[in-house]
Amino acid sequence: MPLPSPPELVCPAGGLPALKAAVDHGADCVYVGFRDETNARAFAGLNFDDAALAAGVAYAHRRDCRVLVALNTFPSPEGWPRWTRAVDRAAAQGVDAIICADVGLLAYAARTHPSLRLHLSVQASATNYEAINYYRERFGIRRAVLPRVLSLAQVEHTIAHTDVEIEVFGYGSLCVMVEGRCALSAYATGSSPNCQGVCSPAKAVRWEPLPDGMRTRLNGFLIDEFTGAERPGYPTLCKGRFDVEGSTYYALEEPTSLNTLDLLPALIAAGVRAIKIEGRQRSPAYVAQVTRVWRAAIDRCSAAPSSFTVDPAWHAELNRLAEGQTQTLGAYSRPWR
Amino acid sequence: MDDRLPRASAATSGTTPPTMKISLGPLRYYWPRQAVLDFYAEVAEAPVDIVYLGEAVCARRHELRLADWLEIADLLAARGIEVVLSTLPLIEAEADLRLTRRIVEQARFRVEANDMGAVRLLAERRPQEGFVAGSTLNVFGPQALALLAGDGAMRWVSPPELAGATLAALRAAAPAGIETEVQAWGRLPLAYSARCFTARHYGLQKDQCEYRCLGLADGLPLRTREGVPFLNLNGIETQSAAVCTLVAELPLLAAAGVDIVRVSPQGEGTGAVLALFRAVLERRVAAADAAAQTQALLPGPPCNGFWHGRPGAELVAAGG
Repeated sequence: MPLPSPPELVCPAGGLPALKAAVDHGADCVYVGFRDETNARAFAGLNFDDAALAAGVAYAHRRDCRVLVALNTFPSPEGWPRWTRAVDRAAAQGVDAIICADVGLLAYAARTHPSLRLHLSVQASATNYEAINYYRERFGIRRAVLPRVLSLAQVEHTIAHTDVEIEVFGYGSLCVMVEGRCALSAYATGSSPNCQGVCSPAKAVRWEPLPDGMRTRLNGFLIDEFTGAERPGYPTLCKGRFDVEGSTYYALEEPTSLNTLDLLPALIAAGVRAIKIEGRQRSPAYVAQVTRVWRAAIDRCSAAPSSFTVDPAWHAELNRLAEGQTQTLGAYSRPWR
Repeated sequence: MDDRLPRASAATSGTTPPTMKISLGPLRYYWPRQAVLDFYAEVAEAPVDIVYLGEAVCARRHELRLADWLEIADLLAARGIEVVLSTLPLIEAEADLRLTRRIVEQARFRVEANDMGAVRLLAERRPQEGFVAGSTLNVFGPQALALLAGDGAMRWVSPPELAGATLAALRAAAPAGIETEVQAWGRLPLAYSARCFTARHYGLQKDQCEYRCLGLADGLPLRTREGVPFLNLNGIETQSAAVCTLVAELPLLAAAGVDIVRVSPQGEGTGAVLALFRAVLERRVAAADAAAQTQALLPGPPCNGFWHGRPGAELVAAGG
């Protein structure tokens, strides 16, 4: 029996240096965004203008690496021309695909740029094959990125019922909520991934030093309090400690990060076509290290899946990057099930 | 029940300006079977135009099966109430899809699609009949709405975070004839997860959750460590702790082109909330005065920030 073809390694790039780092260390694809709210990592100082994108596309294409542009927020009525222009800009630069969530924008792209490859963003919340096939029939999407909520068996079942390529998250920060269906940040701060391309934005954060620790606030709401040796973490709303019926704990999600290296043979066997590394907000050095580890792992696993074992050095390297956070297999293994 | 007759025709009658209809959203909590039956027996007598029925949060909840919901639907429909069957907001397993197909295939009642999978099934199997595009479909612009209208949506429910001004702009550019519905009362459904936060709170696995939601008529309040009400845990759904109340804003909603205002059921006093909305829409109570009357009906602090283009948790003063 022929071995399944290896999944593509899809790496993040928040800027040209990170793009080059990803390309140089073995990414098959890099994904990027423009410098505005048309993508879900609309952070200050991050992302690409037209000149940077042109340079990035040229750099990647010379080295046989593809460039995907995330246009995965939901356009506001008054902002519509900005989003359609972003589609046009990406198409004009010869990118290999755009990653969209909004049905209106997908329709525009399919109509205006019929040869432009369309990927369905995780922000579209497509967690089942009926939904994925809806987007295929309407817009001709070629790939869908699954929200980080499905078990491995559910991923496999989905793949068996669609001819759309399936991409899954392999490594990085973990959303505990279904992407695209979370307005928690909007509720607390007025800015959301869906509309402004940000979650728990820095402008709403206040670090409040205590004599023996730190309080972190999001638009006034106390998200967490750290004392003694605890290392204060960024107040991402769903990763705070709150009070429920008198007990204080991580009521929604521990501040863990996703690492599925151990599942790689199973993901490949399931027919996953691409593995996504989260982190367009990360440094070029981070992108380089994660890309290098995952390139090595995918290569080794694809060559000999049955004898694949995770090199302890890979875990050690990724653990250093996870900033002391525990790593989890996330929903794929569902320890909470 | 004298107010029942005009409500069905108010929106379509001749030259007088159309009155907004009142809907009751799906019951988002997990109540014991008898409590649900009693609740909808009361709803049948309440001043409401449209009622959404069915499990719209967690696929594990089973106090009522589809057949039970259909019985309630018949009861309400016999009173002249428009009934819509809601679908799950998170469809992961094949069993979830099977349930969705059964809801789509029953031919008696309109369906609210809360996932694009349901949209596909509706467009494929009931192409002649309009469906409701639920708030989780993320309609933020007129282009998206036009597309769903092409698939058969006859109504859409705005996402909780959509501001009134944006809604008005969207509505103005949207295809004619499609109805706009906005949640105007109740805790806001803010997020969904594969994970159950109620089970997590009780130290239980999701698959052995012991159905702890059953004891929680209004969910499980989550406060900050300073005791500020923040969120509300409801199984796989995370709600706002604050109760969205747009009673004082009803004239603004009408002016923005809202056709239907939705009340979300709560543990106590849902009937009184519906009555208050009706009184305001019939101008028996001034919208500005109604806010004071909501105090006794609020199961949490009030909020209306989203409508005013602010963080959803905020309460913007009338005229603000």
